[in-house]
Amino acid sequence: MILEVKNITKNFGGVTAINNTSFSIESKQIYGLIGPNGAGKTTLFNIITGNYKPTSGDVFLTGTKITNKKNYKIVQDGIARTFQNIRLFSSMSVEENILIGFDSKAKYTYLESMFRLPRFFSHEKQIKQKAHEIMEFLDILQYKKELATSLSYGSQRKVEIARALATQPKLLLLDEPAAGMNPNETHELAQLLFKIRDHYNLTILLIEHDMKFVNHICDKVMVLDYGKTIFEGKIEDAVNDEEVIKAYLGDFKHA
Amino acid sequence: MFPLSKTNLLKLFLILSIVLFLFVAQNNFNDYTIRILNNIAIFIILAASYNLINGVTGQFSLEPNGFVAIGAYVTALALLSEDMKWELFQLEDPHPWILALHLDLIPALFFSGLAATIVAVFLATPVFRVRGDYLAIVTLGFGFIIKVIAINNPEFTNGSIGLNEIPTVINLYWTGGLAILTVIFMLNVIYSKYGRAMKAVRDDEDAASAIGINTFKIKTLAFGTSAFFEGVGGGLLAILLTTISPDLFTFFLTFQLLIIIVLGGLGSMTGAVIGSVIVVGGMEWLRFLDGPLFLFGMDFGSHPGLRMVVFSVLLIIIMLFAREGIMGKRELFTLFKRKGKK
Repeated sequence: MILEVKNITKNFGGVTAINNTSFSIESKQIYGLIGPNGAGKTTLFNIITGNYKPTSGDVFLTGTKITNKKNYKIVQDGIARTFQNIRLFSSMSVEENILIGFDSKAKYTYLESMFRLPRFFSHEKQIKQKAHEIMEFLDILQYKKELATSLSYGSQRKVEIARALATQPKLLLLDEPAAGMNPNETHELAQLLFKIRDHYNLTILLIEHDMKFVNHICDKVMVLDYGKTIFEGKIEDAVNDEEVIKAYLGDFKHA
Repeated sequence: MFPLSKTNLLKLFLILSIVLFLFVAQNNFNDYTIRILNNIAIFIILAASYNLINGVTGQFSLEPNGFVAIGAYVTALALLSEDMKWELFQLEDPHPWILALHLDLIPALFFSGLAATIVAVFLATPVFRVRGDYLAIVTLGFGFIIKVIAINNPEFTNGSIGLNEIPTVINLYWTGGLAILTVIFMLNVIYSKYGRAMKAVRDDEDAASAIGINTFKIKTLAFGTSAFFEGVGGGLLAILLTTISPDLFTFFLTFQLLIIIVLGGLGSMTGAVIGSVIVVGGMEWLRFLDGPLFLFGMDFGSHPGLRMVVFSVLLIIIMLFAREGIMGKRELFTLFKRKGKK
């Protein structure tokens, strides 16, 4: 098990955003998190990445409890994420954006950078080399020196994924990666995610509304509705599940 | 290790020409000009370090007058001899610690910076709990506190009388050299992983921490570094002026530095240098406007205060045509870099 979420509950004042949810993801799986708007999917992401503290319950990464850790420490432990609305560093080039991901991998001190001591040069060279590899792998090398926010939407997505990959994660969390993409781009993204998983030995957890895309790439899905798990299993079975149909289309049998 | 690229050659050329200029200036210019150049150099140190926290890290703070005051007092007290202190302290007898404090110029400046840094690190915890406008207000309060402390502890600072007859031991090589060093150190930080993290905090603090950056640590580093060089700059200022008092370190000093870095370009170190030259040098150069004016053979009479009017108009014009300041976020040596080059 790479990730285990156990009995997570999250209250915002009187609203229960997540209600006693548990699930686990096996290594190298692509796991989909689906559900209607406001079901609590992004809240669950924020709990896993340490941005929110759960009201109760625990999160385990490869057996170690990470529930109350700071979010930047969880990144160093091996969970990286992208955002629903792309959040690249707007004043920086594509390369610099990706280099930020390598922050904890470049091991030189503040004074070493101030006085330009040898270790600065060797470590900078190393992470630039690694950033180069990632950019080559994701086919964004030609944009290296461009301002990240000047790229097309699809390429910005790729940069954001590249930045997340730079932290060398075990688990990659993608929040609606296919949002705003046409069918062609969505297809390309699916191929890319398979490629990333195999090349970097990653496990992927994603939120998505595009069911065709989810059906194509997810090994397993979980359906959330009003913070409750209403289904977990294969997507083929989900579309026939009564609870899931009720959540998406309403209870038309008793109407 | 230092490839002779176009950018590096340009940097080397810039540094060498400034050194040459300092040499020529020190030997040929009159005392008045040298004094202004000294002033510009000190403001370059202050503005460049202020730019690190305000421009590069994007934390809009208004505290430099506090750090400059700390640096100025530490240097002044370290350089004054014991006899001088007995003579100067009229409100109360100097505290034994103050009497025991005696250092040479270099250690005095170093400890001035260190004292400011220590204060900054302690200040970071409460201050960085807030962001944006609230941070500005909290840091503004700190500047006032330092001034009140300086006034109300006459056994340490000689109260509102201040300190004078501080031995002046500097020339242009000192101030100019330290200004060059400060700018180089700042640029070295900016073009490293720490600088990238600072810029990431400025662009999107939440995204930065979601990508593994300890944003509090980064902000404290920037704040501490900025405080160190503001302390050193404060020390130099005390030596240059030979007399300091709490009134010297009001919000107006911070305000002046803010104008410099906004004018030069928030986040650009060479911009801070250009801003210092324009603001400090320009204010002096426009001084003739305050006296009786004879232009084109006509007598315009004397209008004290005209200098500030003209200067303000100049600032408005510059800001209208260069929205992000003169340099924006660029540096002088990256201006000619081709975009999209691999």
